[in-house]
Amino acid sequence: MASSDGEVKVLGTWSSPFVMRARIALNLKSVHHEFLQERLWEGKSQLLLQSNPVHKKVPVLIHGHHTISESLIIVQYIDEVWSSAPSILPSQPLERATARFWAAYLDDKWFPSMRGIGMAEGEDARRAAIGQVEEGLVLLEEAFGECSKGRPFFGGDRIGYLDIAFGCFLGWLRVTEKMTGVMLLNETNTPRLLKWAHRFCSDDAVKDVMPETEKLAEFAKMIMGRVKGAAPGTGKS
Amino acid sequence: MADSNVKVLGTWASPFVMRVRIALHLKSVGYEYVEENLLEAKSELLLKSNPVHKKVPVLIHGDKPVCESLIIVQYIDEVWTSAPSILPSDPYDRAESRFWAAYVNDKFFPALRRVLISTEEARKVAMAEILEGVVLLEEAFKKLSKGKAFFGGDNLGYVDLAVGSLLAWIKVIEKFTETEALSEAKTPSLAAWADCFSSHAAVKDVFPDVDKLVDFGMKLRAKFSKAATAAAATTTN
Repeated sequence: MASSDGEVKVLGTWSSPFVMRARIALNLKSVHHEFLQERLWEGKSQLLLQSNPVHKKVPVLIHGHHTISESLIIVQYIDEVWSSAPSILPSQPLERATARFWAAYLDDKWFPSMRGIGMAEGEDARRAAIGQVEEGLVLLEEAFGECSKGRPFFGGDRIGYLDIAFGCFLGWLRVTEKMTGVMLLNETNTPRLLKWAHRFCSDDAVKDVMPETEKLAEFAKMIMGRVKGAAPGTGKS
Repeated sequence: MADSNVKVLGTWASPFVMRVRIALHLKSVGYEYVEENLLEAKSELLLKSNPVHKKVPVLIHGDKPVCESLIIVQYIDEVWTSAPSILPSDPYDRAESRFWAAYVNDKFFPALRRVLISTEEARKVAMAEILEGVVLLEEAFKKLSKGKAFFGGDNLGYVDLAVGSLLAWIKVIEKFTETEALSEAKTPSLAAWADCFSSHAAVKDVFPDVDKLVDFGMKLRAKFSKAATAAAATTTN
């Protein structure tokens, strides 16, 4: 039987949406935890390399003597260990499958397409990349309608698994909107998601861990500078 | 116990489809199997049931589709709750099982695929990743099996399905590259487990014929090479 006893720590960075998922889940369950910030530009810490030898990535959840990696796996672990309300995953198998499906879609397709905007070279490629992200948001708008059934969140009355999976990307989405001048979430195409985004970001479990858009935008510029600077000859051939 | 309420859309060669069928067999759930011919056009039913990805497997339960193999396996485990359980009951064990299944999907399988369809240089790199991967899986097996026959212990579990479904394709790339990936010398536990897995009652009828799979693999390889050559031709001037 898993015990909820034991110290809880999250290894992560302030800018990572995946790390945010773990912290939001712990906040929802009112689990006191320590946030250990990795300074990834200084090299990965011993603790990180030991706790996640396979992927060497954040977030890592340390619970007593257990280490758990991969953000969505961490969120499910938190839901199952601290099993008192509120539940993060829905209770019905079909609703659980639907929430997992869209979370996987976000990680496998949607977020990579959003990162693709920053990496696109040339105006045509950029417009195509933006178009892909917008198409994805239309799908997610429909999914919101189906999952929320008129209630405020994907999870219903409270933040749930899919809210966490998607909402963690809102900081980066706002940075992308700033950098492209395109309102990806808007009244015309995604009216419900637009309102949901506000609700999500103002939730008690979220507001202290959602990074400020300005700070994130500056961080993005710095990384882009490094990526483009460090890779000579990756311009047009 | 044939349940006309359950349909699986799939193809004989797909490891992902195999996972779903094994899970249903473990739960003694009868189902109708519909073979898609993916070398020809996708069926109306497939496009309607999985509009986002248009891929197999799809489980249709009643009239509700469920997509993505690992999500389907969890759904099956949660709907048909009689023994045996596919996922373990302890939250940490569940997190570990999910971790290794995700590793197979996100790292191991893509490397397998690259071995099959890449040109020589990239193939060598991918094969090296596979050889590292099986060492990791050998260690994982020892940890998770706790001395028993399967990753799941006495019974097939989530990780058995995730890894075992790739065994036939591993044999294909072993033949193709003339390199042993699994062997009694280097991966003794996995080699023994592979025999137990492929002869298990729930598996043997859906384990593909390796010679047939080699042929199919070569066709896929030709198809991707042609596409890659065509794409290269349109981007050079």
